[in-house]
Amino acid sequence: MPRSLLEEATHRLATRARWRPLEYVFWLAAIASVFLVPGRHLILTEVAWLALFALSLDLILGYAGIISLGHAAFFGLGSYAAALLAKYGIVTEPVLALIVAGLIASVLGFATSFLVLRGSDLTRLMVTLGVALIMREFANQIPWLTGGADGLQGVIIAPILGMFQFDIFGHVAYVYCLAVLFVLFLLARRIVYSPFGLSLRAVKGNPLRAGSIGISVNARLVAIYTVSAFYAGVAGALLAQATAFASLDVFSFERSADLLLVLIIGGTGYLYGGLIGAVIFKLMQDWIANLTPQYWQFWIGLVLVLIVLVGRDRIGQWTGGLRLLAEKIIRRVAPGATALAVPPRQGR
Amino acid sequence: MPIALETQGLEKHFGGIAAVNGVSLRIEKGARHALIGPNGAGKTTVINLLTGVLRPSAGRILLDGADVTALESYKRVRRGLARTFQINQLFLDLTPLETVGLAISERMGAGAQWWRLVGTNAAVTAEIVEILGRFNLTDVMYERTGNLPYGKQRLLEIALAIACRPNVLLLDEPAAGVPEDERHEILATVAALPADVTVLLIEHDMDLVFAFADRISVLVNGALFVDGAPDEVARDPRVKAVYLGESLDA
Repeated sequence: MPRSLLEEATHRLATRARWRPLEYVFWLAAIASVFLVPGRHLILTEVAWLALFALSLDLILGYAGIISLGHAAFFGLGSYAAALLAKYGIVTEPVLALIVAGLIASVLGFATSFLVLRGSDLTRLMVTLGVALIMREFANQIPWLTGGADGLQGVIIAPILGMFQFDIFGHVAYVYCLAVLFVLFLLARRIVYSPFGLSLRAVKGNPLRAGSIGISVNARLVAIYTVSAFYAGVAGALLAQATAFASLDVFSFERSADLLLVLIIGGTGYLYGGLIGAVIFKLMQDWIANLTPQYWQFWIGLVLVLIVLVGRDRIGQWTGGLRLLAEKIIRRVAPGATALAVPPRQGR
Repeated sequence: MPIALETQGLEKHFGGIAAVNGVSLRIEKGARHALIGPNGAGKTTVINLLTGVLRPSAGRILLDGADVTALESYKRVRRGLARTFQINQLFLDLTPLETVGLAISERMGAGAQWWRLVGTNAAVTAEIVEILGRFNLTDVMYERTGNLPYGKQRLLEIALAIACRPNVLLLDEPAAGVPEDERHEILATVAALPADVTVLLIEHDMDLVFAFADRISVLVNGALFVDGAPDEVARDPRVKAVYLGESLDA
């Protein structure tokens, strides 16, 4: 029976938000990793919080076009917040502490969002970098609270929900980080496929026109920047809880730069870029470090240069190519389905 | 007749150059008002001042009698002032369906909702389909805007402004760059705009201006030169002089 125009339009509007088969595959693989590779849970924990951190950057870079070289400011604040909350027994239950740490980071995100509203990409890079440097120095200057250059010692993390105690093999930490990642991923997915998320893409695509159809461009940017800071703060808090430690390198420039690299490897603007990028980045780092302990930075550097030479847009195309391949396979298995949301082309 | 849009002594200086110099316009409700003038006369600057893209150096802008001079762009849209652009300003990665939906959601105050998915608001969807139908865009509404033929993009440009349901619509050269065989579609669309919408049209095509406008203002070197009914303007020897490229003193 032919669909009416209205039904078809409703269906098409919801297209982007529909779950693709490859998404199920991705999350099933993530769950399977809990049972199949218990010996790798320590590094997978790192993958999980890095993925969440990269997801937070994707929210502003991939959906609102705000580039940042200082996202570690929020990650670090969340990290210290979680460690301090635990150390001084202010909020002992980890999940609750996670939310509080995220909220604290989002306050900083809200306050600094006004600095990134105006200006070019270059201005934004410098401003965000500056904020992260200030945060690092600030933490360095109050050793009575942060432990300064020695890091914050003596943090004891209580059992999650009062039931699950962190163990030295990272089993609990991995399941915990994965669960947090999944829940916040679902929320991010909801946000980017909502009218609010669509308006962000409009702002990214053409801010002049967005303003001319009644979209409050600045308010939308402030909102997503604040949300992104919350995500980054939670990621940092996960690191602090998983390691029961916080040190100044949570604010480091390398952390922000690596994050950009992770997102560039995975591709921006389709939510999975940060997740896939985190898997590739961490595993590659681990593999190369095992191969040539002294020179792993050389290989990471080489990869970075290659990626930049190939070009940001074309990266999207080769991950797009992979998706195309996957879609061909899936079309054989389940006709009419599409594999993964295709990232928006940068074409102009 | 009540005044829908008014400017008082509007000025805009870029460095030492006065792009707009003391423009006082009065546009009546429901009018079909055209703003014409030679290249570089400051027409688009006037539009940018009216919509809040640029801040005036001096002067006031009144929308329905209320001072909106200091109001941001998006707030003027919410007060019923919409525009189209001389050069398409569209969201190339979105479909016309999504594009028009953005404007409608925004007008209904649903544009910032983050907890529901796009496409779940039946009122918005119904209006998108209605507007795209009215502008002959139904057959391309699921395509990426960047892939549409230029004429269709031009129609979407106008449809998007109409989706804001304006009281005052500013059309900045709606037929600019459209091939001859697609022009009639744009012109028919402009002619069919609702009668209660006040329209300010900027246009180079004199045939279109004289067919459409019931009042014409001529802008020269940033200043209002002649302002009157079409036949008055057509007869004015000074206007002819300007359009023939002669200097005013000659």
